[in-house]
This record gives sequence, structure tokens and C-alpha cells, in this order.
Amino acid sequence: MTPHAQARVGHVVPLRVLVGVLATLLVMTYVTVEVSRHDFGRFNLWIALGVAVFKASLVLLFFMHLKYDKPFNAVIVITSLAFLMLFIVIALQDTVAYRPQQIPGYGPSIKTNPK
Amino acid sequence: MSHAEHPPYLQHHFETAEQQFDAGKLGIWLFLATEILLFGGLFCAYAIYRANHPEIFVYAHHYLDKTLGGTNTVILLCSSLTMAWAVRASQLGQRKLLVLLLVLTLLGGAGFMGIKYVEYQQKWKHGLLPGAHFAPHDEGIEAAAPEKPIAPLAGGGADRTTIPPSAEGPAGTVPPASADLSLREGPTRRPSNVQIFFSIYFLMTGLHGIHVLVGMIAIGWILVRSLRGHFGPDYFTPVDFVGLYWHLVDLIWIFLFPLLYLIG
Repeated sequence: MTPHAQARVGHVVPLRVLVGVLATLLVMTYVTVEVSRHDFGRFNLWIALGVAVFKASLVLLFFMHLKYDKPFNAVIVITSLAFLMLFIVIALQDTVAYRPQQIPGYGPSIKTNPK
Repeated sequence: MSHAEHPPYLQHHFETAEQQFDAGKLGIWLFLATEILLFGGLFCAYAIYRANHPEIFVYAHHYLDKTLGGTNTVILLCSSLTMAWAVRASQLGQRKLLVLLLVLTLLGGAGFMGIKYVEYQQKWKHGLLPGAHFAPHDEGIEAAAPEKPIAPLAGGGADRTTIPPSAEGPAGTVPPASADLSLREGPTRRPSNVQIFFSIYFLMTGLHGIHVLVGMIAIGWILVRSLRGHFGPDYFTPVDFVGLYWHLVDLIWIFLFPLLYLIG
């Protein structure tokens, strides 16, 4: 009596899905390099970040099995990313808010005569 | 409950193989969450310095080699595929394929570190080092010439620094009149404090490189165990978990590559 011997855990991802994901990742890498050769002003940053987020989602969902996994693992990832976003956004807002005081006399809102 | 009922890989404190697998996976994901937060601190430093001194990043990223960085991205993505495929091979009991794919993944990691070595060596040779060690040699920088002319730094716009160096402030050691001289000196002149970029560059890619090395050691361990035939459809947990770690390393590079090499 060996009830565990046949136990199969996890999910086997089809090979064509894996190869398809790699192909998409390589295409997106080419896209992000190509976009960086052109000047879209501020949008360069957002395009690059968008492509990176898309690539990262593909890796998480298929290579890391999150799509087929117990949802609790996805909750952990999303929570850590949410806190990371909070961390970066609040820190950025803070540095922007205090910018005028960082070097007195150089803030756009503070009028002093540096002479 | 006698020991005979247990398969050798099932620990006594778990009821079933599935419970053991899920518990382990939960642990690995929690570990990966702490890794995300560890790198998060560096990404936050990047965001703040970039927001305050965009011209440094625009200037300095021309000294990173897009071709080498892009090649490394492709290598790491391919090694992620071979790792994901290795997990599949172990799930299906394809032992020879598993060994081959792990060797390929290991080669990918070695290739990545090799290219990283070449890049670091170039930075070292040209004095493009972090913090107090920053001492660029001009002829070296000419040799490391950017592929396109460095964008002019003059004027306002998004590329202008928002905080001048403290030495140039009213209480600083340099007369304020020279505060924005560095921005007017012409297209190829260095803005102040370029070493900040290289501090961030070396910290982020260095910590990532250490993770690649640790991942390679873990894959080596899995390789030895798979050569001994430890893994099959019933028990592939270590392959899966090392794979998750390797993919996370890939994931972080997916963000590092555009943020350091491409954004200007």
C-alpha cells in the first residue's frame, strides 16, 4: 500500500508554451533596445518600464508557474510588489517635496540672493 | 504509521507529498518576496537619484555597452527557458534531457558572468568606478566612445539637474556662480557627480551578479543530484525551487537592463 508513490504534484507546462514565451521575451527585448535608439522624450522611460513589466509578467506566469499554481503564491508576489511600489512612490514624493530645502537658495520656490 | 508507507523523499511531518510540495513552495515564494524587497532598496535609490540628477544618468549611460548588455539579456532569457524546460523534464522523468538542460543553464550563467567580467574590466580600465574611486581617464573614455554623440546638457528641460552639488550651494566651498557651469560647458563635458551613476551601477549589477553565482552553485548541486538519479515524476521539488530562484534572477535583470543601459 503506497498511496504516495503515484502522487503527482505541480503542473507540467507544455513545451510549445515555454518556447513561445521565450520567443516573445526575445522579441520584446529587441523592441525595447530599438525604442531606446529613438527619442520619445519622457515616454522612453514609460515604454521601457511597460515592456519590462510585460516581460516580467510572462516569466512569472509561465516560467515560474504562477498561472497554474495555488493562488496564495501569487498573493505573496503581488503583495511584495505592492509594498515595493509604495516604498518607491512615497520615497520619491518625499524627495520631491523636500527638494527646495535640500540646498537652500536653489529651490525654485525659495527666493534668496546667493550673492 | 510505519516507515514503509512513506516514500523516501517524504518527510515525517507531512501528510502527503502534495502538502510537502506546497509548503516548500510557499517558503520559496516568501524567500523570493524578501529578495524583491532587497533589490527594491536599490531600485528606490536609483529612482531618487535619477529624479534629482537626470543629466548624470543621461550622460553616464552612454558608457555602458548596449551590445554586451543586450547579449547578456538574451543569454539570461535563454537560460531561463532551459531551466523551465529542465523542471518539465524532471516532472516527466526524462533524466538525460534534465542533465543536458541543467548543463546548458549553467553554461548560460557562466556566459553571463563572463560578459559581466569583460564589462567590469572595461569600467576599471577607464577609471569609471564608484564613489571616491571615480577617476576617469579621458583617453580611455574616448576609446569607450558612445555609439552616438552625447546629447547636449545645456538648458532647462527634463535633463537638467534639480539639485546642484552641495559644494556649490551658498554655504558651500565653490562660488555659486559656477553652480550651473557644468551644464553650459558644452555637449561632451561631464556633469558633476557622475560617480553617483557608477555607484548605483556597480551596486545593482554587482548584487545581481552575486545572485547569478549563487544560482549557478544551486544549479550545480541539482545537476549532481540529477546525475545520481534523485529526481523523477514523484520528486522534483529541488529542481522546481532552484528554477524559481533562477527565474527571479532573470526577472531582476529584465528591469536592470533597460533602466541602466537603455534609458537616457
